[in-house]
Formats: sequence, C-alpha cells, structure tokens
Amino acid sequence: MTLAGRDLTIGYSDRVVGRGLNVALAQGEVLALLGPNGGGKTTLLKTLLGLLAPLAGEAVIDGRSLATYSVRERARHIAYVPQLHTPTFAFTVEAVVLMGRTAHGSLFARPTAHDREVARQSLVRFGIDHLSDRPYTMISGGERQLVLLARALAQEPQFIVLDEPTASLDFGNQGKVMREIRALSASGHGVLFTTHDPNHALRAADRAYLLRGGERIAEGKVAEVLTKTQLEELYRAPVDTLTDMTSGTNAFLPG
Amino acid sequence: MRRSALPGLTIALIVLAAGLVVAFTIGRYPVSLAELLDVLWSRALGRAPSAPAAVENVVLLVRGPRVVAALLVGSALAVAGTAFQGLFRNPLVSPDILGASSGAALGAVIGIFFSLGVFGIEFLAFAGGLAAVAAVYVIGSMLRSRDPILVLVLAGVVIGALLGAGVGLVKYLADPYNQLPAMTFWLLGSLAATSLSDLLPLLGPVAIGTIVLVALRWRMNVMSLPDEEARALGVSTGPLRIAIVAAATLVTSASVATSGIIGWIGLVVPHLARALVGPDFPRLLPASALLGGGFLLFIDTLARTAAPVEIPLGILTAVIGTPFFIWLLADMQRSWS
Repeated sequence: MTLAGRDLTIGYSDRVVGRGLNVALAQGEVLALLGPNGGGKTTLLKTLLGLLAPLAGEAVIDGRSLATYSVRERARHIAYVPQLHTPTFAFTVEAVVLMGRTAHGSLFARPTAHDREVARQSLVRFGIDHLSDRPYTMISGGERQLVLLARALAQEPQFIVLDEPTASLDFGNQGKVMREIRALSASGHGVLFTTHDPNHALRAADRAYLLRGGERIAEGKVAEVLTKTQLEELYRAPVDTLTDMTSGTNAFLPG
Repeated sequence: MRRSALPGLTIALIVLAAGLVVAFTIGRYPVSLAELLDVLWSRALGRAPSAPAAVENVVLLVRGPRVVAALLVGSALAVAGTAFQGLFRNPLVSPDILGASSGAALGAVIGIFFSLGVFGIEFLAFAGGLAAVAAVYVIGSMLRSRDPILVLVLAGVVIGALLGAGVGLVKYLADPYNQLPAMTFWLLGSLAATSLSDLLPLLGPVAIGTIVLVALRWRMNVMSLPDEEARALGVSTGPLRIAIVAAATLVTSASVATSGIIGWIGLVVPHLARALVGPDFPRLLPASALLGGGFLLFIDTLARTAAPVEIPLGILTAVIGTPFFIWLLADMQRSWS
C-alpha cells in the first residue's frame, strides 16, 4: 500500500501554505519531513492524515482518495502520533493505548478481550507493559512518547505519522524513539515523521523530503539529499559536516 | 468492572445510601431508621407497615418526592458536569458553561412575570435552557475556527451575559411585592415545593440524557483528547460533540426547571468522583451520579432542618463548595492531573 499526496495545494480557507506538492510513502519505508518553522510541515502532515482537506489535488491510499474514507475507516489505515503534550486527565497507560482500538469497534462498543490483548501486546512490544496501571500524566516524557507509539500500533494501521516525535525528549530517549521508528518500518509500517534535526532523519529515515515556504526543495534518499549545501539552502544558515573516517557516516552541526 | 473501580464505587454507593437515610429520617418529624425500613420494606412487599400512618405519610408523601427529586437533580448535575469537563478538556467547567442555567433562569422569570402556573414556569425554564445552548452552538459553528471548543466556550460566556441582562430586566419590571420574591427564591434554588407530579417531567429527560451519555462512555474518553487526535483515532468529533452537548443540556435543563439554579454540584462532584475512581468515563459516570445524588440529599436535608426557615440550596452549595474548591485548586496535582 502507498500513502500519497498528488499535486497538493495545502492550507486553510484563508491562507495557502504550499502548492504543487507530491509525496509518496510506501509500507516498510521511513520518510522524514524537514524544513524551517512555518514552512508547511505540519500542514502537509495533517493533509496526508486526512485531518485537513487539501485545497487542490488529493491525498490517496492506493489511488483511492482519503476524502472518500469515513473517519473510522481512515483511522484503521493511518495512525497519528501528535506532538507530546500534557494531557488534562490522568488516564491510565492502558486506557490511553485502548483508545487506539476506537476505530475497530462500533460507536457504543466497549473494548473486547481481543482489543485488550492487542493493547497489551503493543505495550509489550515497546517494553512498557509494566506501566499499564500508571497514570499517563505521572510517567516521564520518553515513556509517554512510547505510550503514544503503542497506541498508534494498537490501531493496527499500515501507516504511522508522527509530528516531531523526538522534540522535548532527552538524548537517550531520542535514540530510543528513532530505533522504534526503524523497527516499525521493519514490521511493514510506512512511517512519516517531521523533525528539526537532520541527524535524526539521517539515522532513522530512508528518504527525506525538504520543505521550505510551502515548496519542495529536494526529495530523495537521505544520504543524497541531506548534504551541507542542501541543508544550508533549506535553513538559510551555515552548516558544518562531520564525517566519521571509518564508517563514512555524516553528522551535521548548525552554526 | 476491572481492578481499582470497585472500592471507589462502593464508597460512592455508601455516600448515596447515607444521604438517603439522613434525608428520610431527619426533620421536624423525626423518623427512626427502623420505621423507615419498615415502611419501605412493607411497601415493596405490598403489605401494611406496622409503623403509624403518620410515619408512612412523612416517608412516602412528604419527604418521598423531595428525596427522589434531590437524588435525580444531584445525579443529573454531576453527570452533566462530568460530561462537559471531559468534552471541554477543562476541569473548571460546570454544566452551565454553555448557558443552560442562564437560559433556564430567563425562561423561569418570564414565566413568573406572566404569572404562569408551576408547569408553565418549568416548561419555560426547560425551553430556555435548551434554546440558550442551541444558540451558543449555532454561533460557535458560524465562527469557523481551528479551536472549536474555545469558540464554543466564549460564545457561552457572551450569551450567558446577555441572558443575565434579560433576567435583570424582567426582575426590574416585576411586581416587587409578589413576583420579585418568587423570582429571587427560584433563582436561589430550592426543592421545597417539589410534589409527586414534578417527578415525571424531571425523570424523563434525566433518564434519556443519562442513557445517551452512558451509551457513549467509551467514546467520551477519546472525546477528552484534542480534536485532531480524536479524529485520527477514528471518532467523528462533530456529530458526537453535538450528541454529548445535547444530552448534558437536557439533564441540566430538566434539573434547573425543577429546582432552580443550584451551582457548584456539577463543578465539584466530578472532581470527587475522579479522585475515587480515576478519569475513565465508564467508571466515572456512575461514580459521579451516585456521589451527586448523595451530596444533594445531604445539602437538601441541611437546607430544610438547619434553620427555622428553609435556606436556599444555591446559597448552601456555594458556602460548602467554595472552600472545597479552593482546597481542590491547592491539591490539583493529585486530583486532576
């Protein structure tokens, strides 16, 4: 299956954010979306999630327009991991992950034994099943991000879309989340995430999509697209490259 | 019922049972617990009680309707408050956030102004509450915004203020010797005049609204997430929000029409219930209903016994609710996050 945007004009009723955007995400692939603030990353993300209708063009799954999917049907194909926020109510971790099963039950349905099992396995997969009964508000930011990943997985989607999954995490948890993103693609999920750190894209993604002022600057394999020149153009700021002599791996430093 | 819900719900049930006993037994004509059980038990089995007829009259005819009304109104306000707090993702929200109380108040004072009967007044209060919320909703959806919840709340504040001005105008025009005291008394909240015939118009809407909310309990968990997150989880937030607002407004309007305006219960009781069973709606709704009913039974008993004259309920709930809410604010880390 492929999640794609064709000739998208994205934005809101009073403001066009980007034009002529083409994106494609296959299952088993990780795509990173990079670009300066206000460049249209989040708007493009929401359009591909079907949360925001495109002003022109269409978002499709396997050629079928997202606009023709019901909200429930869409949620069985694409899961959304929003930016980390502090929730209002202290739901238990298990209750939060069970919410991922919403699209699999009817309007009045209560979670079935199967739903609870899927939620539990999802927690096990991310190694956080011991947190099941803890209030979601009382765990660390890194754990909360894993809970949101577990909720997305419990949706049993083909695609998972994450909005800045590594922002506001400590160094160790950033690495953990990136490893989990790789693992999700290894288990056949198509993963799309936005990030402010090209190193995260380099480490976790197969391809990168560079977006500036609502226009695509470049798109392609991370090793080809994420270069000093491209990044300097993307952010209009100087960038230094560090290269590991033995492996040839690059890393970027701003400034 | 899984894990920790049972102890919390048991406590809520005990509060309700204690409220019922207190409300039935305490008063100008004291009834002992044994007499109360005798009357209720005999009635349930359909045989004559051994207690004197006067006791039976007090329990079934004098206190009975009032007890049932307090139970229903308390539960209804608490359930509506629970639903609204979840829907608006804000623990400071109360059932009248969208103008249900101010709409009902305007309806009622108009009814009193035109000297309509009890039913006319209750009907106008009920219609006023529903109309106010419908107006708030229409205005909220006309002002397109990326944050529909915020627009709805602000529209509620504005319409509430306008309706408040309307109430002021009617009071200003009212006959100061007859109508004005009646209006003031109604606006302060009371169950003193409740009779058997008031119960059906109260029970019907409260039952319908509560059934809708209970049926949607699992979806209400998801509805307490930010709008886009809830939609990405597969919930059509627009229609569901209308259903929840309509159901909660129905129970609020029916309560206000019966008892006048009783503040604080819909704000404070959901907090207590969350402290007992957590924020999971399938547990929270029954806990809120039980606690709300018990709470208002205690308050109403206090209202009719504490002083030679009846104390308006709205005054008592405010006196008790304010320090309680300040305590909640100080303790908010534990109780709402």
